[in-house]
Amino acid sequence: MTAHSNWEAVCTVDDLVPESGIAVWTEAGPVAVFYLPHHLPALFAISHTDPFSGANVLARGITGDLKGEPVVASPLYKQHFSLRTGICMEDESVRVKSYPVLLDGDRVRLKVPVSQRRFSAA
Amino acid sequence: MANKTLIVIGNGMVGHHFLEQFAETPAAADYDIHVFGEEPLIAYDRVHLSEYFGGSTHADLALGTAKDYAAKGLTLHLDEPVTELDRDNRKVLTPKGEYTYDAVVLATGSYPFVPPIDGHDRDHCLVYRTLADLDAIRASAEGRKTGVVVGGGLLGLEAANALKSLGLEAHVVEFAPRLMPVQLDADGGALLKRKIEELGVQVHTEKATTAIVPGEEARLRMNFSDDTHLETDLIVFSAGIRPQDTLARSSGLEIGERGGIVIDDQCTTSDPQVFAIGECALWDNRIFGLVAPGYTMARTLAARLNQDAEAGFRGADMSTKLKLLGVDVGSIGDAHGATPGARNIRFNDEQAGTYGRLVISEDGKKLLGAILVGDNGPYDTLLQYALNGIDLPKNPESLILPVSEGGAPALGPDALPETASICSCHNVSKGDICGAIDAGCTDLGAVKGETKASTGCGGCAALLKSVVDNELEKRGVEVSKDICEHFPYSRQELFHLVKVNGIRTFHSLIKQHGKGHGCDICKPAVASILATCWNEHIMATDHVPLQDTNDTFMANMQKNGTYSIVPRIPGGEITPDKLIVLGEVAKEYNLYTKITGGQRVDLFGATLSELPEIWEKLIAAGFETGHAYGKSVRTVKSCVGSTWCRYGVQDSVGMAIRLEERYKGLRSPHKLKFAVSGCTRECAEAQSKDIGVIATENGWNLYVCGNGGMRPRHADLFATDLSDDELIRTVDRVLMFYVRTADRLQRTSVWLENLEGGLDYLKEVVLDDSLGLGEELEAHMQAIIGTYQCEWKTTVEDPEKRKRFREFVNAPEKKDPVQHWTTERDQRRPLAKADIA
Ligand SMILES: Cc1cc2nc3c(=O)[nH]c(=O)nc-3n(C[C@H](O)[C@H](O)[C@H](O)COP(=O)(O)OP(=O)(O)OC[C@H]3O[C@@H](n4cnc5c(N)ncnc54)[C@H](O)[C@@H]3O)c2cc1C
Repeated sequence: MTAHSNWEAVCTVDDLVPESGIAVWTEAGPVAVFYLPHHLPALFAISHTDPFSGANVLARGITGDLKGEPVVASPLYKQHFSLRTGICMEDESVRVKSYPVLLDGDRVRLKVPVSQRRFSAA
Repeated sequence: MANKTLIVIGNGMVGHHFLEQFAETPAAADYDIHVFGEEPLIAYDRVHLSEYFGGSTHADLALGTAKDYAAKGLTLHLDEPVTELDRDNRKVLTPKGEYTYDAVVLATGSYPFVPPIDGHDRDHCLVYRTLADLDAIRASAEGRKTGVVVGGGLLGLEAANALKSLGLEAHVVEFAPRLMPVQLDADGGALLKRKIEELGVQVHTEKATTAIVPGEEARLRMNFSDDTHLETDLIVFSAGIRPQDTLARSSGLEIGERGGIVIDDQCTTSDPQVFAIGECALWDNRIFGLVAPGYTMARTLAARLNQDAEAGFRGADMSTKLKLLGVDVGSIGDAHGATPGARNIRFNDEQAGTYGRLVISEDGKKLLGAILVGDNGPYDTLLQYALNGIDLPKNPESLILPVSEGGAPALGPDALPETASICSCHNVSKGDICGAIDAGCTDLGAVKGETKASTGCGGCAALLKSVVDNELEKRGVEVSKDICEHFPYSRQELFHLVKVNGIRTFHSLIKQHGKGHGCDICKPAVASILATCWNEHIMATDHVPLQDTNDTFMANMQKNGTYSIVPRIPGGEITPDKLIVLGEVAKEYNLYTKITGGQRVDLFGATLSELPEIWEKLIAAGFETGHAYGKSVRTVKSCVGSTWCRYGVQDSVGMAIRLEERYKGLRSPHKLKFAVSGCTRECAEAQSKDIGVIATENGWNLYVCGNGGMRPRHADLFATDLSDDELIRTVDRVLMFYVRTADRLQRTSVWLENLEGGLDYLKEVVLDDSLGLGEELEAHMQAIIGTYQCEWKTTVEDPEKRKRFREFVNAPEKKDPVQHWTTERDQRRPLAKADIA
């Protein structure tokens, strides 16, 4: 086992789109990875599933910041989710999972807790 | 179990509405319900009767079907008039039999009054009330030249328009000294007369017809009391309506002095088992010749049969707003100033052809009534003042003065009563919004979060913003016109900054003129501005992250995260081969297929990764993107025009294709819809479009800034009889001016309403080139057209761009796991979230 044994390699930097998100498939299901080059840190990962619609779409939302908090707006009903915490800015009782993410060389690695592992229905 | 019988006599608009309101209520279970209609056809929309001449059929106008009636357990007897109401034995008689009842509803409507002039019953003397009447008029007009309408009221003018649409030279003969004597005063009537005459209908006022005799040049001759005469091929009487109270009268029910079945607030007649609703009913000595009061009576009766003690009919507002032969006419409340002490303000602009009159209470505080001719712009505002008893502003004349002189204060959101529904998805009223603000919400976002308003379909976003801004302003909160927290500018100001400083990326714009990193409000707005200014491919790397998903992936995201695809079909014209390709592609990818209102085909249910594959096939077959995802030109709808249609006067399809090819790809603050009709029958519904074109004998009439959808607005006539090239040049200018000056997400209709100086100003800028901008606007449009590319073509050809369409970048074979489907009417559709276990 290497030092990053529970850090899943999900894609490379080339797959990322600056100021935007991409979706990756992990053992915890679909995750959206965002790359905001002007932020520190520049990488964020939250669940790709929009809790309001159940559709896997959050990576396709518009990113930005609201009062300094980095966010993505759901492309379906436009609620904003914090990229750091996954909390919905319009309704704080709603929260999507967020995941630690880091760059390892040119690989993007996600830390997916074992407890969250589930298997997809498809 | 039903043990009683309810008989409804009359299957017209109000009778039908009663059945709709009553049939499924608890009380209805007690009754066997029988409906008798004299007409052979099931109830239809009489208000839109004239559309029958525009090509609508009975099926289009029908309010229900025999199947609906049967499903609700109603027994329908059409073509079976009730000939007697026998109240002593509680039964009704028809030519086919007798039926006993426990309760009867009379909904017999009214009939056209035909003055007892000598010869009034000759052949080709007709009326205008039923579909059968219209069939008779059409038959009589066939191959003929002239038609006369007797009566210059609202219905008479509508009938005159119908005669005109049948190709007849139309005349209106009115006994009174002016047109629409009920709704208008002398000045208003005179202006209406002038305008209608300009449209080619001849108006003869103060003419009393003494006899109708055989004609010399035409079928009939009308002799008038002043010894003049008029020859005509047919006559339509529209001299008022009379309540159809024959049955009630002969059965001894109480009847008003001048007709009408007397009812109380509960719609009960003098016999407690007999009710009357609609135009046959007389309430407080008044007949209501409009459909809305009839509907209110119908609802009242349905409620009262369900023992609702609150239900009651309490009169109705008879204000009317119409477009007669294309001329705006509005009449509100006490239009003639009959209230004691009432004062008048009149503004008669003979030059512009508009007339406005306000009737104001003695103390000058309230609006009692109003008349408008030539421009109904102020109507909605005035009606709100009158209906809700809102205090008038200090200078009420500004309400009817042209904007440039007084600055007509649009009442806007203030006028809406607290109960007005703002967001119908979440049922949020204006009162709810005010409540949220009073409870501490200080901006739009907070109000949305609190009330959920505008988080459903989002269609009310603009209205919600105006209400919220207005309420905040009233509470002294400074409302900024800033587009969002990142830019202290409006969209228009940003447009200028981009254009003037030659800014080409969002990044440099926000660095130089904004703060933070942007958001889902300012990013798409700037993307659209950049696209308009520089027309670069929207998938250029810098622009990708700025766009809504629909723009980024050039397809429309649906509720389950899949997309729909709409290829361009210019003018709605498509070859069989291309149609087959659409079918084949849809079949291959199992796409739900539906025809759109804009005459194209929408293919639903494609996953992100399927989009480029599908487009590859479509492009190979010659399709281009339809921009259904963009704030840009959607479709140019057209009718088939002179190429095929007997009535067409110009090649509307050809013009539609030319317009669509020209403006496709133009990015704008909101979507743009066009239509081209080949004749005044207007089958393409051009007057509900942003840009509407209607063919005339001499060229094209251009209408601008119409809207269908949530807030319908009739387009305004902008220029007449344009040649092909003049039309294009004018549209170039109007569109470019809109693109440059409108706010984000502002449709042309709202833009025009907010444009200082309104339509006249727009005409000055575009037609008279008052700003000297004309050539620049055209050149700008030309530049955009010159750089057009089908963005789907560019995308499928570029492997880098195609990468964006991977669903999961690390698992290309992986399918989206939460798409649940079911089959309905032989096609696939997503399961609702609630149905998924
Ligand atoms: C051309 C035109 C344009 C109009 N435009 C407008 C408008 O813009 N706005 C507006 O508010 N209103 C308008 N109206 C008026 C509107 O159509 C009427 O207010 C509405 O139809 C009244 O409904 P009703 O059910 O009372 O009468 P109707 O719709 O006339 O229905 C009465 C029905 O009862 C039947 N009937 C009568 N006697 C018997 C009997 N003894 N046995 C069986 N059946 C019988 C009749 O045949 C008829 O079908 C317009 C009307 C016309 C003709």
